[in-house]
Amino acid sequence: MNVDTRVADTPLIEVRHLKCYFGSKERPVRAVDGVSFAIQRGETLGLVGESGSGKSTIGRAVLRLIECTAGQVHYCGDDIGKLSSERMRRLRSKLQIIFQDPYASLNPKMRIGAALGEALSTHGLARGPGERERRIVDLLEMVGLRAEHARRFPHEFSGGQRQRIGVARALAVEPEFIVADEPLSALDVSIQSQVINLLADLRERLSLTMLFISHDLDVVEYLCDRVVVLYLGHVMEIAPTSGLFAHPLHPYTQALLAASPKPDPLVENVAVPLKGDIPSPLAPPSGCVFRTRCPHAIAACAITLPPLEARGPGRFSACIRTDLITTPPTR
Amino acid sequence: MNRLEVHHLSTSFATDEGRVDAVADVSFAIRAGQTTALVGESGSGKSVTSLTLMRLLPRSAAIQVSGEAWFVDGAGTRLDLLKLPEAHMRALRGNQVAMIFQEPMTSLNPVFSIGEQIAESLRLHKHLDRTAARAQALRMLELVEMPAAAQRLDEYPHQLSGGMRQRVMVALAMACDPTLLIADEPTTALDVTIQAQILALMRRLQAETGMSILFITHNLGVVAHHADDVVVMYAGRVVERAPVRPLFATPAHPYTQGLLACLPGKARAAGQPKPKRLFAIRGQVSSPLAPPPGCAFEPRCDRTQAACMQVMPKLVDTGGTRQARCVLVPGRDVKTA
Repeated sequence: MNVDTRVADTPLIEVRHLKCYFGSKERPVRAVDGVSFAIQRGETLGLVGESGSGKSTIGRAVLRLIECTAGQVHYCGDDIGKLSSERMRRLRSKLQIIFQDPYASLNPKMRIGAALGEALSTHGLARGPGERERRIVDLLEMVGLRAEHARRFPHEFSGGQRQRIGVARALAVEPEFIVADEPLSALDVSIQSQVINLLADLRERLSLTMLFISHDLDVVEYLCDRVVVLYLGHVMEIAPTSGLFAHPLHPYTQALLAASPKPDPLVENVAVPLKGDIPSPLAPPSGCVFRTRCPHAIAACAITLPPLEARGPGRFSACIRTDLITTPPTR
Repeated sequence: MNRLEVHHLSTSFATDEGRVDAVADVSFAIRAGQTTALVGESGSGKSVTSLTLMRLLPRSAAIQVSGEAWFVDGAGTRLDLLKLPEAHMRALRGNQVAMIFQEPMTSLNPVFSIGEQIAESLRLHKHLDRTAARAQALRMLELVEMPAAAQRLDEYPHQLSGGMRQRVMVALAMACDPTLLIADEPTTALDVTIQAQILALMRRLQAETGMSILFITHNLGVVAHHADDVVVMYAGRVVERAPVRPLFATPAHPYTQGLLACLPGKARAAGQPKPKRLFAIRGQVSSPLAPPPGCAFEPRCDRTQAACMQVMPKLVDTGGTRQARCVLVPGRDVKTA
């Protein structure tokens, strides 16, 4: 077999110095302000943060669904911002997204079969109605639905089933890379675990690479290989999942983990809740954007934006208080 | 002492396709100064339970309510909330019994400043004059740790962040010093760090005032840390009732067991390795228009027996202060109070 080593070494997705500003030029909303990370082939990268952290904006920018102010997104080494619209259209079948609210992303007047079929036809993935029909049935069965569901309309499904359709719709065009933007947030706990298992199974079966956007740390810990922690458009910490949850380095990550209540009454809640609100992205604080809520902030934090620095194997943190790190970080 | 005792509460709605039992035969109690959590997924009837108790459902022939809800007010008088004359209920609502909703933006009036909204209930229930009500409103905002409270008094809901709006809701609810607070998913729309702030605030206020809380939520993490007793609901019925620690340690009903097992964070909390595959409760909640003939959970249950398909199991006492509704759980008939 001829293995292309160049492809094997290049990350599937690489985001470099991404900036997305919205609104007026003079006083923009800095939704994403200089974010860089890479996703290796076959990896699931978690993107966590609270409202306004820029996680959904990044998810859309990675797929070029919105044009960004500065920075690049590379797919297999190619800058997708520089691709012609014709090449971008062909690439779209490789890059797909699953949205939070599947009902809002399905055409209410289109039968599920037609919605899936449209994706197949657009990208020329099924020759003739017979093959198209077969592919639609395959897709429905892959996500745990039945062939007869193809004739139904979106409103005839429950929330969990709709999210399965959202997954089928994304998988219809045989993507390599999927952005899952809060795919579980609208679902009940018992349905959520069904969809988590579905995503985990399909990821393995189809060797998908995934950017998993979520505010639910428990789900991220379960599904992701590595995690990027965002706050107000900046990366606070990047780490392999087990290391991040066992030993969070950044004060924000520590607060986020402490604030999410564990479903066990015997685990003491030691959380001293963070004071105050997330500042407005219209007027972010000087220096470190987290300093206004950080329990460890010192005068120096207000002066310069702390760079994202290596703090051990695979671990990066953007905090100048390295004196707080007592034990060496693990993977 | 029980602050609230609910006996055999049922609420049904007439729809075009037939009558739907949104809440059926629900009984539970909230002890004075304690928190009872009502847990369940969408359609389990937890919100309808709270709206029925507060008598906030429209009064029409389409809605039928039965049962009793004995509330002990601040003076020690026992009142049945469901049979109280409307005028008396109105005097109680927002006063002795207060409520916090999930979405503060939809429960605050957008055209009145937050100071006016808090003052309104003080003028109505405590008969304060304008100046005194305004001064008290400011004290309430300070009580809920609102930053720059004096300035916020004249601001409108849209000028506040989600967390601050929920603080205003708490201030509104606390304004007349309630003995019972019904909080319907009060932190669901908030970010985790803000959720932690609001929960800590509610805890502090409960410790200071000794009020009882009915906490309605789907978040089992929040339940684990903020409830004393837990009522698990499924398809309009109570399937299990227990104090919080025994419930999480030894859940009796298969639904409660499944609900806890399918949490991705449960393994980590218990210090076990990550499971290869997450437990999942199969299928989905049956339509309330076509409930299964026997146990409502039977179509999704892994431990179904022939008896489960015949009749709805009775809620039985299983010892201690625990109850469960499952044929597999032995127990004595619940004493009717």
